[in-house]
Amino acid sequence: MGDIMEMLASALRMTIPVLITALGAIFSERSGVTNIGLEGMMMTGAFWGAYGALHYGPVGGFLLAIAMGMLVALIHAVVTVTYRVDQIVSGVAINILAYGLARFFSIALFGMATTSPSVEGLPKIDIPVLKNISVLKPIATDISPIIILGILLVFVTYWVLEKTVFGLRLKAVGENPLAADTLGVKVIPYRYIGVIISGAFAGLAGAYLSIEHTHMYVEGMTQGKGFIALAAMIFGNWMPYGSFWASFLFGFAEAISMRVVQSKVVPYQFIKMIPYVLTLLVLAGVVRKAQPPASVGIPYSREGD
Amino acid sequence: MRKFKSLLVAFVLVVFAASTLLAGCAKKTEEPAKQEETKKIKVGLVFDVGGRGDKSFNDAAYAGLERAQKEFGDKIEVKYLEPSAGGENREQLLRLLAQDKYDLIFGVGFMFTDSIAKVAKDFPETKFALIDGYVPDLKEDSNISCLLFKEHEGSFLVGAAAALKSKTGKIGFVGGMKIPLIEKFEAGYIAGAKYINPNIQVLSDYIGTTGEAFKDPVKGKELTLKQIKNGADVIYHASGASGVGVIEAAASQKKFAIGVDSDQSLTAPEAQRPYILTSMLKRVDTAVFETIKSMVDNNFKGGYKEFGLKEDGVGYAENEFNKDLIADIKPKLEEIKTKIINGEIKVPTSKKELQ
Repeated sequence: MGDIMEMLASALRMTIPVLITALGAIFSERSGVTNIGLEGMMMTGAFWGAYGALHYGPVGGFLLAIAMGMLVALIHAVVTVTYRVDQIVSGVAINILAYGLARFFSIALFGMATTSPSVEGLPKIDIPVLKNISVLKPIATDISPIIILGILLVFVTYWVLEKTVFGLRLKAVGENPLAADTLGVKVIPYRYIGVIISGAFAGLAGAYLSIEHTHMYVEGMTQGKGFIALAAMIFGNWMPYGSFWASFLFGFAEAISMRVVQSKVVPYQFIKMIPYVLTLLVLAGVVRKAQPPASVGIPYSREGD
Repeated sequence: MRKFKSLLVAFVLVVFAASTLLAGCAKKTEEPAKQEETKKIKVGLVFDVGGRGDKSFNDAAYAGLERAQKEFGDKIEVKYLEPSAGGENREQLLRLLAQDKYDLIFGVGFMFTDSIAKVAKDFPETKFALIDGYVPDLKEDSNISCLLFKEHEGSFLVGAAAALKSKTGKIGFVGGMKIPLIEKFEAGYIAGAKYINPNIQVLSDYIGTTGEAFKDPVKGKELTLKQIKNGADVIYHASGASGVGVIEAAASQKKFAIGVDSDQSLTAPEAQRPYILTSMLKRVDTAVFETIKSMVDNNFKGGYKEFGLKEDGVGYAENEFNKDLIADIKPKLEEIKTKIINGEIKVPTSKKELQ
């Protein structure tokens, strides 16, 4: 039992960065803007998180990472919402840009191209009550507060999207911007806000990797988690709870692939593929039923050209 | 009009993105080229994935470059480049240096093997040094020198150290990319541990199967935590920049980690130092320095150079932080070292030989 809980704890740590990014992506996509620049935004968060944590402590690091994530997202918003550039093109450009900028600033600020000095993380916490149950010990003690925050964000995202005027309008903008506009909902600002929230979440997730997980920034440490997050959000049917389970599935698959007993029969490469193959299968199998927001990916303008 | 405007914005964005990417690997000249009566020897170096600051392999190469610069001063002129993140432009950077009339060009890491072989053919006047890579059929008058290390010998020593320090009878190994080069570390490590304690259990994991595996500290940490939960109390890594995750995990669980390539006690944060037992030194710095020296002395030789325990090319680290940690096992390690040097102990060089 202890082993399983241990694996769950590991799965949870791998889930959180994907989950937080996926939750952010929901805001962007539900407002009608595809965001494949998530990877770049995470990378930006990982870098500036480490820089901020080095100079202003872990909280400062997270705040800086969120701000920088928002800034990169703002570029995406300006380009895709105001200038109505193809959202995929802009997303790809953002990813390349973020990689280049991270290295540029790394050389400028740390004097090294690919790593930062090591940084302090947030104090680890225990969950009251649960920590006294011995079976749950691995997942209830000595954990990063960001893990708790990530899980709370699932509920917050659900509440915002389903119960608030803001959320309902955001979704309306993503479903049928023309109708929303006719009813006096300003399409452009809602889309800006949706994209910027996704940048904030991705920045937070990236900073979790550098500040909380390894206490250091290493170039490329996001390892494609931004794309996995996008897949998780799609698999989760653009819903917070769905995205949670999808992210967890990925984290769990990662944890399993690390624990598969190595044998001579199965080549190592195949074991390392497990999380990705699983993601692919799930996408191919489940997403056929998925219901994307009707207007996602389509730039909006009143003239309708 | 709108169409045109959006096209224009897309264009500007792509150009901007591309230019930052280039800026990232822009040239860096250590010293401005001064006009002097004696011609300086121009030394260029291209780093491996992970780059300078990995606190391990690349930093060791950089240390050699720095030392040469200090010792030969104005006799040489030094420049180093870092490949793009995926490392696709390795060959391009080598070519760039060769075209700039560099006399000696280093490729740091086995990934350079093919590109150096190619570029060396096109620039027969330029000398190339390849660290960790093997280009077949070289002669003394070739313009490529392969600098190879007997990592298995050094790993044997730290494997013995791990077995001597382990209380649980279980130790761990975390490799970066699963390739024969890294398996050489693993094989030596296991053999060394078994030499001390034939019943010892070695838990081995690899981070991945691509070059990316050398910069994934997140997975490095998770794998190490898993090994520790399964009972390992000393963990050796050969995973480049991913190793910061390995050391971080070991220190957080108050278990020992063993560093690799550079003396990682020196670069680790204060809090982690008590948990770094030692490091398997791979004197890439010595190799780089010696090769530059041979250029300065005008007797560069092509072919193969192997750096083992005997040549002081590999070894284990001792410093002010781990002095007390290894004081009790040092005599034993020295004894093994002598035995390897005079051939009494034969160290396996691959996992096949180990079995």
